[in-house]
Amino acid sequence: MAISNSLSNSSDQPIKSPELSLGGWGRWIWKQLTSMRTALLLLLMLAVAAVPGSVFPQRSADPNGVAQYFDKNPALAKALDAVQLFDVYTSVWFSAIYILLFVSLIGCVLPRTAVHAKALQSPPVPTPKLLTRMPAHLKVSAKNLSTDEFLASAKTLLKKQGYRVAADENSVSAERGYLRETGNLVFHLSLIGVLIAVGIGGGLSFSGQRVIVEGETFVNNLAGYDSFSPGTFFTEEKLIPFSVSLDKFEVDFDISNPTNIGTPLDFRAYVSSRTQVEGESKSAVIRVNQPLELPGANLYLTGNGYAPQITIRDKAGNITYSGAIPFLPQSSDYTSLGVIKVPDAEKQFGIIAFFYPTVDELTTGALTSIYPAPYDPLLTMNVYVGDLGLDDGLPKNVYALDTAEMTQVAGGKSGVKGLRLTVGQTVDLPDGLGTATFDGLKRFASLDVSYNPGGLWVLIFALLSLAGVTTSLMVPRRRVWVRKVDGGFEVAALARGDDLSLDKVVAEIAAALNPAKATPSESNG
Amino acid sequence: MNQIALNEGLSQISLFFIYGAMAVYTLAFLGFASHLARLSSEKAAKSGSASKLERVGISLMILAVILHGTGVMLRGIAASRVPWANMYEFSITGSLVVVMIFLFALIIKDLRLLATFVSGFTLLILGAATSIFYVEVKSLMPALQSYWLVIHVMVAVLATAFFNIAAALSITYLFKTAKWVETSKVKFVGTLRRILALFPSIEKLERMAYRFNIIGFILWSFTLIAGAIWAERAWHRYWGWDTKEVWTFIIWTIYAGYLHANATRGWSGKRSAWLSLVGFLAILFNFTIVNLYFKGLHVYSGL
Repeated sequence: MAISNSLSNSSDQPIKSPELSLGGWGRWIWKQLTSMRTALLLLLMLAVAAVPGSVFPQRSADPNGVAQYFDKNPALAKALDAVQLFDVYTSVWFSAIYILLFVSLIGCVLPRTAVHAKALQSPPVPTPKLLTRMPAHLKVSAKNLSTDEFLASAKTLLKKQGYRVAADENSVSAERGYLRETGNLVFHLSLIGVLIAVGIGGGLSFSGQRVIVEGETFVNNLAGYDSFSPGTFFTEEKLIPFSVSLDKFEVDFDISNPTNIGTPLDFRAYVSSRTQVEGESKSAVIRVNQPLELPGANLYLTGNGYAPQITIRDKAGNITYSGAIPFLPQSSDYTSLGVIKVPDAEKQFGIIAFFYPTVDELTTGALTSIYPAPYDPLLTMNVYVGDLGLDDGLPKNVYALDTAEMTQVAGGKSGVKGLRLTVGQTVDLPDGLGTATFDGLKRFASLDVSYNPGGLWVLIFALLSLAGVTTSLMVPRRRVWVRKVDGGFEVAALARGDDLSLDKVVAEIAAALNPAKATPSESNG
Repeated sequence: MNQIALNEGLSQISLFFIYGAMAVYTLAFLGFASHLARLSSEKAAKSGSASKLERVGISLMILAVILHGTGVMLRGIAASRVPWANMYEFSITGSLVVVMIFLFALIIKDLRLLATFVSGFTLLILGAATSIFYVEVKSLMPALQSYWLVIHVMVAVLATAFFNIAAALSITYLFKTAKWVETSKVKFVGTLRRILALFPSIEKLERMAYRFNIIGFILWSFTLIAGAIWAERAWHRYWGWDTKEVWTFIIWTIYAGYLHANATRGWSGKRSAWLSLVGFLAILFNFTIVNLYFKGLHVYSGL
């Protein structure tokens, strides 16, 4: 299509001086870009371009998925990464499409706004000569009509129906549905608003994650976060200094309905927050759909699990490690995996531990959890001796233990059985490493702390655009003409856009204007 | 400790009603299909026996929708919440809405010839729901415990139903305008041609598809916005390109393209009908493949 257009255009405009031709090209490109067909093609391209983002893991939504992809298929992952398939929605090609789309939109909507503003101020177009050519037309015979009276009554009727009306000596011209175009323009302009609000809001936003065990306190500064992703315009001074303590975390699991046993019914994080260091603390409950709104950020509950309290002592009975360690749930029964690193012992060692809230032994001897609440909790430990890799100062994942350079001394094929502990129990560690005690059980909550000042504006513009598009699709826009002719009158109508009821409209107007019973003598439409 | 009561017995009864509805939909479908077959074979466009078959079909459909509606309601009561929290429930509720909109539309517009489509499609959806998607009645996971479940999902169901009927109209349009249907000498195509001749004119089909699609588009836009508001409450961000969000966006964009196509010379008619169909295929894809196989936060199939 573009080709045929370019051919016809170039035949209209023979090549002149280089400057003019350059301008001509510019105008031609602009005209193409702002045409409806281009907008349509860009929309379809945008739809297609969005697909790979649902097929490949995205860094923004699923960073772990991307890491796994790199582990499994390093060569392929590298190739995909080169064309930004792990960052589709910030990629050059995706951005190019939507930027072009918005340029096209602006180029189309601004001139239309001007045209519409002018149309709003000018009277309806004069009545065309041949009303019979209109898609809906009706001729009514009526005798002894006074032209002036007839036109006056037509004017009143159409005005009452919401038409804008103009009259000449023998006809009335009327138009209604200006809101249709207004809605259309509001829709498109609001989409620009959405885009700007998304952009600026995203730049000013930040979000961070923090795992917090019962009894712990989170303080809102960068050191308080486990991970943090700031927007482009973020500075640390923007963090409002509040603190939040997790007093208690509760979970309800279904225990009464046979088909639903173990399904979580409710998660509740009981917190107390302080917005000033000396200030009073306020209690609140955070639930999954019920974030805590604090000045400068909202706190969301995004995950939870068990944090067994463990104490490690050396041979002499000195404590080398003590704390409640968040264990990551591996399945819906809350079988959980945790890592303990003991760097300050005589010999460095690490423990990979499993936690079973309600333990059961399978016939194979493997352990499993049969219910997610801690009715019969058990902790098992595999112990590894060797360099923990913490001394070279590189940040390490606290939830993983790299055992490649370590020697297993308990569990697995080490010849020593894995250690098993119930709450309150103390066991000896192999290799003279000392003892481990399972002191008690706490829970942890994963909190997301998030701030995005653009959200409200995005919503306002989105709702405006929804109102706009609804108006533009629902309000019929049409022109109606009524003309007094010899021996009767004519009514005709023309719809702009889709209007199924045009004939009905014409018939109703004709009937209302007819002093006698309507006797249409001729109609088409 | 909060606990809930699920009524397993009632959900079994609900399933019986759904099976019953399927049986009656089957009868209605057979009625409509043989009505079409008879209309296409008889010389006289409309004969008494044919329209009688159609009337029986419509009555059966009304009976089926009552059974279907009872089944959906009982499922909701059994779970003591709205009956659209997993794929099975979304399917039975969504198809109910399609049939209800169709029956209401019948009062305003003569769409009776579409009844074969609608009853057949509903039967397919219910078949898939009871055989592939079926899950026992379950409680709502905490992420779904929000009044947005009522608003967001209900409007999505409604939008899907409107798009569904529009897609049926577009398919008819495409068959009616297809060259091979017009010229083929194969006997089966000849029958198809005669059946298609009974449907409204292509202009009318196109306009009706457009009407259904614009309502669908408005509802879908609302679904998208409501989803974003909910996501802001539940997941701390209003938009995060989760796979389901991606597909909601893709579908929105396709239908936005469809609306533009209707105002673009060379794109109205066949091409826009194809877009209407592609849009609905994207919806089906979003509902089946994305739900079952794509990784994301909307993992509510219950399978």
